[in-house]
Amino acid sequence: MTKLVTAIIQPHRLDDVKSALEGAGVHGLTVSEASGYGRQRGHTEVYRGAEYTVDLVPKVRVDVLVADEDSASIVDAIIQAAQTGKIGDGKVWVTPVDDVARVRTGEHGAVAL
Amino acid sequence: MASTASAFCLNTGNNAWMLTSAVIVLMMTVPALAFFYGGMVRAKSVLNMLMMNYIAAGIVGFVWLLWGYSMAFGTATTGINQFFGNPFQFFGLQGLVESAADGSASSFSPLATTGVPAFTVVAFQVTFAVITVALITGAIADRMKFGAWIAFTVIWATIVYFPLAHMVWAGGFLGVGGFISQHLSTPIDFAGGTVVHIDAGAAGLALALLLGKRKGWPKEPMRPHNLPYVMLGAALLWVGWFGFNAGSEGAADGTASRAWLNTFVATCVAMIGWLATEKLRDGHATSLGAASGIVAGLVAITPAASSVDTWGAMVVGLVAGVLCAIAIGIKYKFGFDDALDVVGVHLVGGLTGTVLIGFLATNNQGAWYPTGAKNGLLYGGGFTQLITQIVAALFALVFSFVLTWVIASIIKAVRGIRFSQDVEVGGIDLAVHGESAYDTIGARISSEVE
Repeated sequence: MTKLVTAIIQPHRLDDVKSALEGAGVHGLTVSEASGYGRQRGHTEVYRGAEYTVDLVPKVRVDVLVADEDSASIVDAIIQAAQTGKIGDGKVWVTPVDDVARVRTGEHGAVAL
Repeated sequence: MASTASAFCLNTGNNAWMLTSAVIVLMMTVPALAFFYGGMVRAKSVLNMLMMNYIAAGIVGFVWLLWGYSMAFGTATTGINQFFGNPFQFFGLQGLVESAADGSASSFSPLATTGVPAFTVVAFQVTFAVITVALITGAIADRMKFGAWIAFTVIWATIVYFPLAHMVWAGGFLGVGGFISQHLSTPIDFAGGTVVHIDAGAAGLALALLLGKRKGWPKEPMRPHNLPYVMLGAALLWVGWFGFNAGSEGAADGTASRAWLNTFVATCVAMIGWLATEKLRDGHATSLGAASGIVAGLVAITPAASSVDTWGAMVVGLVAGVLCAIAIGIKYKFGFDDALDVVGVHLVGGLTGTVLIGFLATNNQGAWYPTGAKNGLLYGGGFTQLITQIVAALFALVFSFVLTWVIASIIKAVRGIRFSQDVEVGGIDLAVHGESAYDTIGARISSEVE
């Protein structure tokens, strides 16, 4: 079985998360720019005296496909690398994946990871 | 600068300085002002903002050569010609040569006394006409029809700008020897406090009122999409403004140097004044505030550049920086959508500089003012010059506001003046110009058509 580990992190933690994942034996990952808010509910910016509430804060989303038994340690590695202890550090979650296929060869399952 | 035929002797030094000034003042519109404004609008209409500025240069440029110069710098007399010159006197620049057909040296150059040819004056002054029209675009961002804007530039330049330039700089109603000069004192407007900034600011106010608010303003956030553009534009304006102010002397002499230094120091102090105001009020010294403070200082020192000493220039800069930083809040109180603060910066800044001359005018320390003007209140000249400055400022304000309102109302009735909501909300760049400024996911090219 395969798991999808998805992490929403502070953009400036991406490099550390990437090296932590490499250290944990992850061969590939997908990164996308994301925006959203959690409990911190965004922030305010002031332009020529007019205050704007920016409630969608820029974040980075990291998606990694991992083998079932690795998922717990990968989640820990991400948390360790991404944590600053401040509000807005993000979330990590794990979802089961039915099937994975490698596009180049057409292989399915664990060999496609 | 009255146009009369007189013996002409070319001064290459002065001419070189004036040609150089003309080039860097053109830079103030394209690209400086275009990018200063372009960075402040939303990403979906930045090309439209750039285009409104570029097209202003294109249109006003050729109109100036056809009849604009003639209306602005044609002969001033006491009748109707104290308000505007005869458009046909120098139509297409005919008859404006340095040597007459018989070989005798005669000249219609307004700067004949400093040996600067008439064609150089045409070149220098066209850049002023261009930027004055372009300044207005900040008030109309994201909603004025492009065709309506093109029509407006031609009519507004012809009916508002050329006459006001004539009244102030060509010996007309507000100029040396004109009506106000005879009855009060000569109004001091060295480089365009009334002609350029109050003029464009009042026009911006009239248009913002007539066009109405952008959809969603002021509830939806419309923050600047590219502040580095704004910073870059403001800095290029600062550089170009030395041509604007020091060039307005019409010669490479000591008064030009005085104007250069006043322009510089007023701008430094204005930036600091704006940032300090912001820091106290909002908690941050912002990059947009620095850019805005620079422009506010440049605007305010424009009329006063030659006629104040170092201290006077600092006062002009400080008052402008603080006052304009406060004035940009006016639009929220009164609910008019002056999108990029043409009123808050150019009208208020222009009024500040023009009125402060009434307190600070002097001819100490290499400062200079035209014949018939007087020292300001704080320099022992009494109230006369202050009253004159207020009269000139109010005249320019009312003149521009009323005529702009009339011109824009007619354009509105004839062909419409505002984009449909679909265009405004969906983005003007794509709908009107068929382009997107940035290659983002939403605007990526999926296939090319052969």
